[in-house]
Amino acid sequence: MAIDAVEVQSAMPNHRARTIHVTVNGVPRESHVEARTLLVSYLREHLRLTGTHIGCDTGHCGACTVLVDGTPVKSCMFLAVQSDGSEVRTVEGLETGGKLHPVQEGFHKEHGLQCGYCTPGMMMTSVALLAANPNPTEDEIRRGISGNLCRCTGYVNIVKAIQSAAKEMAAPPKGGP
Amino acid sequence: MATAPLGGIGVSVPRKEDARFIRGKGNYVDDVQLPGMLFLDIVRSPYAYAKILAIHKEKTLAVPGVLAVITGKDLEAAKLSWMPTLMSDTQMVLPTDTVMFQGQEVVGVVATDRYAAADGVAAMEIDYEPMTPVIDPFKALDPGAPVLRTDKPGKKDNHIWHWEVGDKDGTAKALKESDVVIKEKIYIPRIHVSSIETCGCVAQVDSMGKLTVWLTTQAPHAIRTVFALVSGLPENQIRIISPDIGGGFGGKVPVYPGYVIAVVAALTTGHPVKFIEDRTGNLTSDSFARDYHIEAEIGATKDGRLTALRVKTLADHGYTDAAANPSKFPAGMFHVITGSYPFKTAFVEVDAVYTNKPPGGIAYRCSFRVTEAVHAIERLIDILAHQLKMDPAEFRLKNFIPPEAFPFPSVLGWTYDSGNYAGALKKAMEIIDYAGLRKEQVEKRKRGELMGIGISSFTEIVGAGPSKDFDILGIKMFDSAEVRIHPTGKVLARFGTKSQGQGHETTYAQILAEELGIPVEGISVEEGDTDTAPYGLGTYASRSTPTAGAAAVIAARKIREKGAKIAAHLLEVSPDDIEWVDHKFQVKGVPGKSKTMADVAFAAYTNHPQGMEAGLEAVDYYDPPNMTYPFGSYIAVVDIDKETGQIKTRRFVAVDDCGTIINPMIVDGQIHGGLTMGFAPSMLEEIQYDADGNNRATSFLEYLLPTAVETPRWETAKTTTPSPHHPIGAKGVGESATVGAPPAFVNAVVDALEPYGVSNIDIPLSSYKIWQVIHAKDPR
Repeated sequence: MAIDAVEVQSAMPNHRARTIHVTVNGVPRESHVEARTLLVSYLREHLRLTGTHIGCDTGHCGACTVLVDGTPVKSCMFLAVQSDGSEVRTVEGLETGGKLHPVQEGFHKEHGLQCGYCTPGMMMTSVALLAANPNPTEDEIRRGISGNLCRCTGYVNIVKAIQSAAKEMAAPPKGGP
Repeated sequence: MATAPLGGIGVSVPRKEDARFIRGKGNYVDDVQLPGMLFLDIVRSPYAYAKILAIHKEKTLAVPGVLAVITGKDLEAAKLSWMPTLMSDTQMVLPTDTVMFQGQEVVGVVATDRYAAADGVAAMEIDYEPMTPVIDPFKALDPGAPVLRTDKPGKKDNHIWHWEVGDKDGTAKALKESDVVIKEKIYIPRIHVSSIETCGCVAQVDSMGKLTVWLTTQAPHAIRTVFALVSGLPENQIRIISPDIGGGFGGKVPVYPGYVIAVVAALTTGHPVKFIEDRTGNLTSDSFARDYHIEAEIGATKDGRLTALRVKTLADHGYTDAAANPSKFPAGMFHVITGSYPFKTAFVEVDAVYTNKPPGGIAYRCSFRVTEAVHAIERLIDILAHQLKMDPAEFRLKNFIPPEAFPFPSVLGWTYDSGNYAGALKKAMEIIDYAGLRKEQVEKRKRGELMGIGISSFTEIVGAGPSKDFDILGIKMFDSAEVRIHPTGKVLARFGTKSQGQGHETTYAQILAEELGIPVEGISVEEGDTDTAPYGLGTYASRSTPTAGAAAVIAARKIREKGAKIAAHLLEVSPDDIEWVDHKFQVKGVPGKSKTMADVAFAAYTNHPQGMEAGLEAVDYYDPPNMTYPFGSYIAVVDIDKETGQIKTRRFVAVDDCGTIINPMIVDGQIHGGLTMGFAPSMLEEIQYDADGNNRATSFLEYLLPTAVETPRWETAKTTTPSPHHPIGAKGVGESATVGAPPAFVNAVVDALEPYGVSNIDIPLSSYKIWQVIHAKDPR
């Protein structure tokens, strides 16, 4: 059953390849992908952005949630070609200029994560939730994240993390007189 | 320069590991990418029980990108078609002639990437001859039932083992003499841990023939030893790396067939091979939890004193006993079933049986059958209280083992280390205003409204375990810590356990900070790489703090012993004149004359006493003298909609006592998560099989994990009763809440349905089951 490396490379089918132009975390990309390539595979395997995780393959768990033009999308049910011409934001794009996003700060401060596997998807949903509703009630937060499953935290501290982020984002910028 | 805070015991230090997880920089098995890596996918059986007539590989091999197909016959040639389970039973890696459950691995397909492998799986054609499966575990024991394990020479039935403990005759006599005896059947259904990360591995063989496997495992060392014994590879040529794990809960303790097939594929192709389960594979073939059919009797005097307990249980293990129990206890710690009460006599028997289902008996945040035990006893206590017309809280307070009775020898053979059961229950009653709720309930019942209050006062048993009683496949259940202090006073500590989200990188560092006087930020914790970490049995059953946590303390104290000699040398006094005060080495009675651990560490490499070995490090393999016994009291309040049967959890108060708390924030997080995994099977989750052995929950569409909307808003509180035998008094907490919560829910729901005269409802408490109870009496 010995297989040589040359055979491995040549076996890659490319006859159904498409070219897509996507801006991922602010970086414009031109990529060749198979038409059937899922967005999550494109991000994880083509771009090596492995912060976006796969949990259920059926759109139930939300571990693969990313933002496409600001809208949360379950990237295991979304083709890479559907993101052609879009802006995609993943967990790797939350921290800017060495400064954590308030949602990242909130999850850390309030112990909103344990194993960390659902966390990137949960945070991306939270970012979209706070963009649409900067001051959500607890009920609104719980409904807002109900497409993202967490097996570790019981959601208590995720709710607190999002509340903490909302407060941080509402606060006037620090500094000044 | 400001001094960094110590961050020792009892401080809610924010987690060190978060830094990578919140940036999406965790390193899970599926994130491992190696040059030339191939992908393994698996063809699974559509039938619960069938003969394999033919496997047609041609169409699969013709799929672009597919490179190899691996069958049971291929493995049989290498004597690898079967492997041992952790309970010394045997399990197929791939079948040679018969499939034993729906979803079983039948053929491995190796391809250049995930998509091509899936194409190969889709193209596979297999001829089966279906047979009538054995699904009902009771019928499996019928004399005429087909014998499933024909691979076992001389096997004439589907019975696996019988296990019993206690005084059979004494219990029968005590029950006969009891004023009140109640008997109840309770089924604890099959459930699945469903960590959000499924199971998988990457297997690589390097140019020197060394096998490295990145594996979703909670017990890397034990797995290395099993791999060595099964494959015949020398153990020093095997390296298991358990990187970041996306939730374990016990489901990542066993060795699954896919891992072995990936290793075989890597060995035979010479390429690294990745195998990642999809969710359906995970839900249909990985080990399951529970599946205990319990029949129990409990007796009491008419004034409400408990007399005796008798329990008979049938355990459905699927087609192989692949549980991960200590070998001495095939039903785990089920005999902690006398719970928080001082029974004078009890008898427990368990029979395990084979059926055409996947291997059962593994964990769902509790592997050792404590959940089943707590569910049974806490239900029985409630039913008995009801029978005696006593308030269930009052009945418990009257019967609890009193605090002064510890260490308490239970009648079935355990020695409970410490407890204050009444303290926890009274605290929960106060927080929730138990008396007020009972008054409200009386009013609501007058109006025909359904409101229930349920209590669970559980006793846990964790920290396995003392080597005289506890081993897995013969390997004793110690655990380990190796602590090195570098010249600049920074620490590298390695452990035999493996975090899956519990926060070991922070809590172990806190233990060491406290013991060494070195700030937590200067302490790095590593686990999971068998080439670097000391041998240990891993993380499950809430054992890390009781075992490896204790090892950290002892290793640190060994370092302090040597450190005292170095400090004496630096301070020019006798070592006898040195004491450890305020996290420093100090000359006795002279607070101004002291050396920090960092001073001592620097000297250990630059200016150590002549004749002393250089360096400052220690290892400890900790053999716990006893188990630890966390406990708690939970109170649930539910309201039920009479028209729909829908249950709404209004409040849930959890008072836990896990002994000394290292990081209160992390402990609360563990309890929130544990409660949610107690709520889930109570209300939503069940893996059911139809009569043909079809699994009816093959995705998250049918297997319902709670979302943030259904999950109750947990209220938590603590009491603290340290373990007298653990070096810092800690007991472990991961699984407590999952163990304790379910009977609180059932007791609350049965209490709400009191007007309908129902004594038990098996979980999950679906609206339909509740509606049936209501409408059986009140049809409309």
